Amino acid sequence: MRQRGPSPAPAPAPADPERAASVRSIAEELSGVRGPLLPILHEVVETHGFVHDDDVPVIAEVLNLSRADVLGVVSFYHDFRRTPPAAHRVALCRAEACQARGAEATYASAADRWAGSTEVEVGEVFCLGNCALGPSGTLDGTLHARLTPDRLDALTEEWAR
Amino acid sequence: MTIIDDTDYGTPRVSSDETATVTIDGREVTVPAGTSVMRAAAEAGIQVPKLCATDSLKAFGSCRLCLVEVEGGKGTPASCTTPCADGMVVSTQTEQVKDLRRNVMELYLSDHPTDCDGCARGNCEMQRLAQETGVAEVRYGLDGANHLADTTDHTNPYFDYDPAACIVCSRCVRACSETQGTFALTVEGRGFDSRISPGGTDFLSSECVSCGACVQACPTDALTERSVVQLGMPTRSVVTTCAYCGVGCSFKAEVQGSGDDTRVVRMTPWKDGGANEGHSCVKGRFAYGYASHDDRQMEPMVRDTIDDEWRVVSWDEAIARVAEGFRAIQEKHGVGSIGGISSSRCTNEEVYVVQKMVRAAFGNNNVDTCARVCHSPTGYGLNHAFGTSAGTQDFRSVEQCDVMLLIGANPTDAHPVFASRMKKRLRQGAQIIVADPRRIDLVRSPHVEAAFHLPVRPGTNVAFVNAMAHVIVTEGLHDEAFLRERCEDVDGYLGFIAQPEHSPEAMEEETGIPAADLRSAARLYATAPNAGIYYGLGVTEHSQGSTMVMGMANLAMLTGNLGREGVGVNPLRGQNNVQGSCDMGSFPHELPGYRHVSRADVREIYESLWGVTIQPEPGLRIPNMFDSAIGGSFLGLYVQGEDIAQSDPNTQHVEAALRSMELVVVQDLFLNETARFAHVFLPGTSFLEKDGTFTNAERRINRVRPVMPSRVGRDEWEVVCDIATAMGYPMSYGSPAEIMDEIASTTPTFAGVSFSRLDAEGSMQWPVTDAAPHGTPTMHVGSFVRGLGQLTTTVYVPTTERSNRKYPLVLTTGRILSQYNVGAQTRRTPNSTWHPEDVLEIHPADAELRGITDGDVVELSSRVGATRLTALVSERMPAGVVYTTFHHPVTGANVVTTENSDWATNCPEYKVTAVQVTVATEATRAAAGEAPEASSAPMPAGAMARHR
Repeated sequence: MRQRGPSPAPAPAPADPERAASVRSIAEELSGVRGPLLPILHEVVETHGFVHDDDVPVIAEVLNLSRADVLGVVSFYHDFRRTPPAAHRVALCRAEACQARGAEATYASAADRWAGSTEVEVGEVFCLGNCALGPSGTLDGTLHARLTPDRLDALTEEWAR
Repeated sequence: MTIIDDTDYGTPRVSSDETATVTIDGREVTVPAGTSVMRAAAEAGIQVPKLCATDSLKAFGSCRLCLVEVEGGKGTPASCTTPCADGMVVSTQTEQVKDLRRNVMELYLSDHPTDCDGCARGNCEMQRLAQETGVAEVRYGLDGANHLADTTDHTNPYFDYDPAACIVCSRCVRACSETQGTFALTVEGRGFDSRISPGGTDFLSSECVSCGACVQACPTDALTERSVVQLGMPTRSVVTTCAYCGVGCSFKAEVQGSGDDTRVVRMTPWKDGGANEGHSCVKGRFAYGYASHDDRQMEPMVRDTIDDEWRVVSWDEAIARVAEGFRAIQEKHGVGSIGGISSSRCTNEEVYVVQKMVRAAFGNNNVDTCARVCHSPTGYGLNHAFGTSAGTQDFRSVEQCDVMLLIGANPTDAHPVFASRMKKRLRQGAQIIVADPRRIDLVRSPHVEAAFHLPVRPGTNVAFVNAMAHVIVTEGLHDEAFLRERCEDVDGYLGFIAQPEHSPEAMEEETGIPAADLRSAARLYATAPNAGIYYGLGVTEHSQGSTMVMGMANLAMLTGNLGREGVGVNPLRGQNNVQGSCDMGSFPHELPGYRHVSRADVREIYESLWGVTIQPEPGLRIPNMFDSAIGGSFLGLYVQGEDIAQSDPNTQHVEAALRSMELVVVQDLFLNETARFAHVFLPGTSFLEKDGTFTNAERRINRVRPVMPSRVGRDEWEVVCDIATAMGYPMSYGSPAEIMDEIASTTPTFAGVSFSRLDAEGSMQWPVTDAAPHGTPTMHVGSFVRGLGQLTTTVYVPTTERSNRKYPLVLTTGRILSQYNVGAQTRRTPNSTWHPEDVLEIHPADAELRGITDGDVVELSSRVGATRLTALVSERMPAGVVYTTFHHPVTGANVVTTENSDWATNCPEYKVTAVQVTVATEATRAAAGEAPEASSAPMPAGAMARHR
């Protein structure tokens, strides 16, 4: 309603009370573990797909951290995505071993194919620990090896273009 | 005089019994073990280049400019994170490190505006280093990826954040965390995208409390005071003392011009200030603009009746009018028919001359001070228990404290700089017990969580403190040896407090504190190695305020928590000079140094010096003055810098008293509420014009140095002397230093104080005597000032102000960070951005019962009056208690407060008023007898008054 003085301004009321309640319950459940912020953020992404800006004050309040504290951590890690994910996600390894086995061509092809798509997003990772079988990548979270542009096309045939 | 450029040692001072001796660039230096190479170098007079390091913050090691070479060591370690080892040989200027620095600096400059001339600061650490490291040009050009197009955040009224100039050294983030303890800033993003962020929003809507620590820490132009952008850099600085709360922070007033053309560019906290050690809050750092506000009244004015228009007159005419008027009243109605009120906002020297004028020229003891309405019970209670009317510790003592017991105080709002010290200690692992009706920030806020929050019901403090003592005594947690050796009336007190009626269980219903919590809290307090009590007006402003002060003294004595660092009983004083104004003999029963007027030996000191006879009977207290005025026997009043019509309780009664007087003289910066009833207005001086001393809550006497000459033509102490002289008692001093010399020569606790000593020492804490020539940070070491500590049987007597069917809620009052007291100063600054009006905080259940929702205008009524404000439904409040601030005269919070007061000192019971709250309607508005629009019409002034 109004600012309370330069005492920390209260966080605005969340737009989605149901989501806020869910995030709060995730945070409260994990607040007892050691270093609870990262596990909470992982769980929020797992449950809701991404960390909404409105989740930040809820988590901050439960852990008795400042909003800035939480935001600093959220924004540091790419995995704590801050926008809703697309329906399908391709993550291709671009680290040295996979590059040596031709990962760049696969990546370029994927990036080109789904450029501007709202259904599929193409991301990069740096090593999935599957170097002997590279190029590696994940499709909607499932690990695939020996990826080539053609194999990628075949594996994603079902996805809307 | 020029700008005072403090030496920055790069990393904080380390205390250690062991030392290390190192050789840096051929100079040998011995430092405490654990000191960084950077700091050791600085102590040897060698400045190692640095950007991310500053001596108020822990070493961070990110900027890579402070690299050095260590003989026999590998690589080029950062000197800020490398501790000195005995025998180390360090070189700070080899070709290798110079080359590295130049390359690092070049990288910084590749993403930094090139136009130093266009930069507001004109010079910054970054620019200086660029010159020192000798970067002539940036080989990479400026066409690559950069942040130069980032836009500036102008939302904070006092400072700008320009991300284009930011080098992400994190000094601001760390200052916000380590120094201020708010954690409002972070580094958002990673790698090249990293930007400083106030939590993903703009500065104004963030968690930032605008303390200025980030601006102070910034080595570039990224965070800069708006005033510097507008006015340019200052050209000289004057070290002086803040005139807001009782913390008494030292500042460098940084100004341009001289004499009458002086313009303040900014106030920066002084590193060597004993109270603040380089930190500040939004008020002292930024809210000084009131001193040059257009509302300030610059000329003396008189009028025949309070219904007439003011007429501007010369100083001589105004003073003649005052003197003749006062003398005429005395001739007609007797010597005791006039009096004066001194102000805790003025200097010791100004206050001293006011009480001297009353005692020597008026010829009576009718002098009182605004401390009457705030901390008079502190003076009474602590003097009774320990023999000194003052707190027992210095602020630094909190660094040794293991358990803080905080009662009736809200330091993060009212004493922010000390709150930051408390929070720092709490983050180190100390614990805090908060006894307060509200869930204040220290109950729970980022990185701080109280061990216990005891929501004591307003008016039941004594029941609470007795229950604490009962647990300690009946569970055998008291310090028997300390009691037997250092205290008296021990058995009587132990027998009293052990009675079952004081148990937490018996008192639970009265205090509202769950007995189990209280027991645990008492055990925590009693068993801590060092436990300190900190308290505010939530203790004193009660009908049993003095009893409660004694009750807290009992607790400290019971547990032996006195006479060393980290312990004690510590009042958090509301105003800059409450301590000093009380020290200076402002009370009607005491001469300077808290010596009763009935003591012939003390009167003799002043009688022989002043050449007058001093009345041996105490004079009138403020409430007595009002009553006598209405009764027709008190007709003339001189009021120095206090807005009694706004700040004293039961406004209607105060106004009736003022209307009954024949001559009311107001000396103030502004035409305040009280001036509406005045016949003579004398313009006052702001702290920027004063020459003198303020004494803070830790008895620290700080120098107040004039930044500019009096803007109204005379100094306030001069005006007082002129009035006395015109009344036939010649009073004159060559300078305020002479007044302090008179104070020192007549008051034993000030014996060693003089302006020259203060200038040499920086500041001193009284007593300053032959035995303690540098002052006394910790009192009562070894024995109490009164000899044995006085335990007192503190019988709980419930206040007569009880809630009932008609007035079922209890109103309590307090302060908010951005505003100060009646707001005469802060309302005249951009601080009102944060707090444009007073609101009534109310528990959701109480609100729902009355159909009140957030933002409703509500009617607040008590048995003496009614007012209207906006409701804020808040879970900070316990059910049954409502809360407001009193910063805005429109609110008229004191329209509803009653005349109940402390039994010993008449300190008003502001903290307890039985009230009802209803949604305001046209009907209730009519019943209240005034339309709020009408009461807000004259922009009210009121300089200085009630202190929280």
